[in-house]
Parts: sequence; C-alpha cells; structure tokens
Amino acid sequence: MDGSQSPVLELKSSTFFAPVLVLYSNEVHLIAEKLRQKISGAPDFFNNSAILFDLTELNNKGMQIDIEILASMLRGLHLFPIGIRGGNDAQQKQAWTLSIPVDSGRSNGSVLLETQSKPDIQPEAPVEIIKEVFRAQATLVTQPVRSGQRIYANGDLVILAQVSAGAEIMAEGNIHVYNTLRGRALAGVQGDTAARLFCLDLQAELISIAGIYKTSEDLKDAVKKKPVQVFLQEQALIIVQLD
Amino acid sequence: MARVVVVTSGKGGVGKTTTSAAIAMGLAKRGHKTAVIDFDVGLRNLDLIMGCERRVVYDFVNVINGEANLNQALIRDKNCNQLYILPASQTRDKDALSLEGVGRVLEELSKEFKYIVCDSPAGIERGAYLAMYYADDALVVTNPEVSSVRDSDRMLGILASKSRRAELAMDPIKEYLLLTRYDPSRVDSGEMLSLEDVQEILSLHLLGIIPESKSVLTASNAGVPVILDEKSDAGQAYADVVARYLGEKRPHRFIESKKGFLRKLFGGK
Repeated sequence: MDGSQSPVLELKSSTFFAPVLVLYSNEVHLIAEKLRQKISGAPDFFNNSAILFDLTELNNKGMQIDIEILASMLRGLHLFPIGIRGGNDAQQKQAWTLSIPVDSGRSNGSVLLETQSKPDIQPEAPVEIIKEVFRAQATLVTQPVRSGQRIYANGDLVILAQVSAGAEIMAEGNIHVYNTLRGRALAGVQGDTAARLFCLDLQAELISIAGIYKTSEDLKDAVKKKPVQVFLQEQALIIVQLD
Repeated sequence: MARVVVVTSGKGGVGKTTTSAAIAMGLAKRGHKTAVIDFDVGLRNLDLIMGCERRVVYDFVNVINGEANLNQALIRDKNCNQLYILPASQTRDKDALSLEGVGRVLEELSKEFKYIVCDSPAGIERGAYLAMYYADDALVVTNPEVSSVRDSDRMLGILASKSRRAELAMDPIKEYLLLTRYDPSRVDSGEMLSLEDVQEILSLHLLGIIPESKSVLTASNAGVPVILDEKSDAGQAYADVVARYLGEKRPHRFIESKKGFLRKLFGGK
C-alpha cells in the first residue's frame, strides 16, 4: 500500500489522423481561397484541426514557396500546421525554425539536416521501429472491454470477452470478437480495405472497415445478435452470417 | 493485512452509502474488526446513515492533513464495538484528498482492521477514483435500469485499468454485482430490467439482490444500518450478501414477485 508509487507519466506509441494538404500551386492566396471553400463545407471538421502540408509535387516542378507565409495563412484559417513533407533542405530548415516537424515519410532529397536538427529528428526513429515490431503481432484481450475503454491494435485484435456498449476497439488489421460485440469496432483503421471483422454476437453500435461504416440503425434484423463476418466489397460493407 | 472493499457504482442514488453501512455492520457483527470510510467529501452522508453525526469531531481530511490522528477521528459505532466510522469532511471538497494521503490512512488502518469498506461518491472523478484506487474487492451497486447498468459498466472499466492493482499488474480487483432496489413485480410488468438483462450486459459474480423496501428509508432516517432490521426483507438480503462475501453459499432470494409466488402456489399461470 505505497502511495508514492503513483506514476508521473507514461510514454505510449499512438497513431492519430490529420489531413494532408498536397499542394500543386505555389500561389498562397489561391491556396487560401480554395482551402476556405473546402472548410466552409465542413467547418466543424476543420476547426482547430492539425494539418500536414506536402510539397513533393511543387518541388518536382521546381516551384518555390515560402513556408512562413504558408504556415501563417494556415493558422489564419484556424488550422495548425504540424508537419512538412517532401520539402527541400531550405524549406525543411525554415520549417524547423517555425517549430514545424519534418515528416520523413515521403520526402525527396536528403532529410537529415546537418546542424542542430539532428537530435530533434532522432526521437522519431525509435517510434517508427516500435510500430514495425508490433505491426505483425496480434493483440489478445481476455478481459471484458467495458464502456468508456478504448483498445488500439497495430495489427490484428482478438478479444475473447464481451465488448460493452460505449467501448471502442480499433485495429489496423482484422478484429475478432469471440463474444458479444455491443460497442464500436473499427477494423483496418489505417486504410486496409482487406481487413475483416468477426464476432459471435453482433449488437454493435458501429462497425467500420477502412473508414466505411454502418451504425446499429443500419444493421438488418437478419444479422443482429448473430455470429457474423464483415468485409468490404466495392466500397460497401457486406455482413454475412457465419454458419 | 486488511482487505479493502470499495462500494461503487458510477451513478448516484443507487444505494452505495446504504450498502456500505449495511456491509460494514454485517462484517463487524460477525466479529471482524471493520472500518468504514466516507469518501464523499463535501456531501457527507455516511455518518447520518450510521447514526453518529453528532459525534463527529475530526474527519478524513483532518487525518490526511495531519491535523488529527486516526484514533481521534475514528468513531466507534454504538451498536457494535467492532465497527468504526471515519467520516468525510462536509466543509471541504474532493481536492482535499490526495492519493498518497489516502494510501497512508489505509495502510495505518490495515494494521488494526480486518476489513476497510470505502464508500465511494458518485461519478468517475477524483473522489470515486481515490475510493477505488487501493481496493482489493469492489461491490458494484447497480439498479435494474439502463443508465445505472451503463454507468456500472464504465466503472468496471476504470477498476480494471486505473486501480493500483491494474497499474502494478497485480491480480485484478475482485468485482461483485449487487443489484439494489429490485422490484420483481415491476420486472414482470416490463418496467424494470430483469436480473438476466443486467447480467447479460455486466456478466459479473452476483453477490446479492436487495429488494426495493420501505425498511431502507426507515432505517436511513433512524440512523440505523438496515441490516440490523432482521425482520425486513432488505435487512435479510444484506445479511445474505455479507455471508456470501465471506464465502458461504446461500441461495438467492427476492428474485420473484410475491404475486408470482402465490400464483405458482395455487397453480395459476
């Protein structure tokens, strides 16, 4: 019974989604205008959203753009630039001075900067490695997933106990629930359209594969409370009863 | 080493304090030295239910802050000398409790007591978190009604992930279901969830069913834990719960309505 054991912090590997702004033009006022149109279509979605900008296309065409002006324009539209992709050395250096991290995922040219940026980049590396180690592994859960709990699996997710209403289970791969599924289940959350969802008793609030979803209202009575598998076929969720 | 039992629910008004008082009294009556702690700082109620409100001098927060020692704050129950109450402070709020402070008090209590019953406040915020953090066992008090069941489910998730046992990867907290304010006739008429409905969602070890009973209100107002009213159905139900918690096997009662029972007796349908 030691009270002093309460942890101060924890480091966890996690994934979150942010829109990527792929630029084909270097005219900032034009970008701002088009972006404003997009935002007016879904203001809630974009309001205070994090955003990454991708300069690959511009640099391929040899078009120049000022990162500082671009970033301040984005901030003016209540967007938070959190990363630059595909920038050249000068652009990346400029991004660093603006405290915008460089995403090395899909960049052309050299990524590492010579001087002070090197130690800044290093923390990114172990995160990437952890992700790769876990990716192939399946996550096994034997305890009930209760209302309000969330589980994220980098690979497949196998749950032997029930998943309560108000719980959320997510996997980059397949999801298997060998019990009743009452909460939300999202398979293929990184866009894997071949991911599938299996459960022994379908009472889910929401099911989704690669972002295509159905809520419990959309479920037909024929598959409710039945053992089913769910998969994607031509952008449609197919729910089939298991024999 | 004492066993720390939290009485919790998420939702308010389901009978946590009534249960804490009854269970603590039941354990003490069976000869186990028991302390019951009111974690509902700012909304002090346990002392009223236990009938010791006029004897409160120092409280839980005083002990945590070092303004009083435990023996000064603990109130011996007037009905049972094996039972002690640690009241909450009425003039403070939940921020007055600290995780270390609670841990220290529980550690000191566990030297002397066999059971420590923690009466949790409603909600899932700081007070409820501190009440369940050090628990070994949890009594999840649930009413047969959808929002109460949902809140209990949420609480069970917190017990499984945020308790000390979860954080230190020890054996998990033992979770028990206590279904309170159960009215079989209203279950029959479809106004209330049945035991089966609740168990389908929570699937927990059922420790007992406490029937909806006038004796609970009477006992609360009199400041006597309802378990001492041995003639009442609720009092008997709580006695069963204590016996089952201590490992005895007793059949569940108060599941069927009296009307249904009579109908069965006379062969009607």
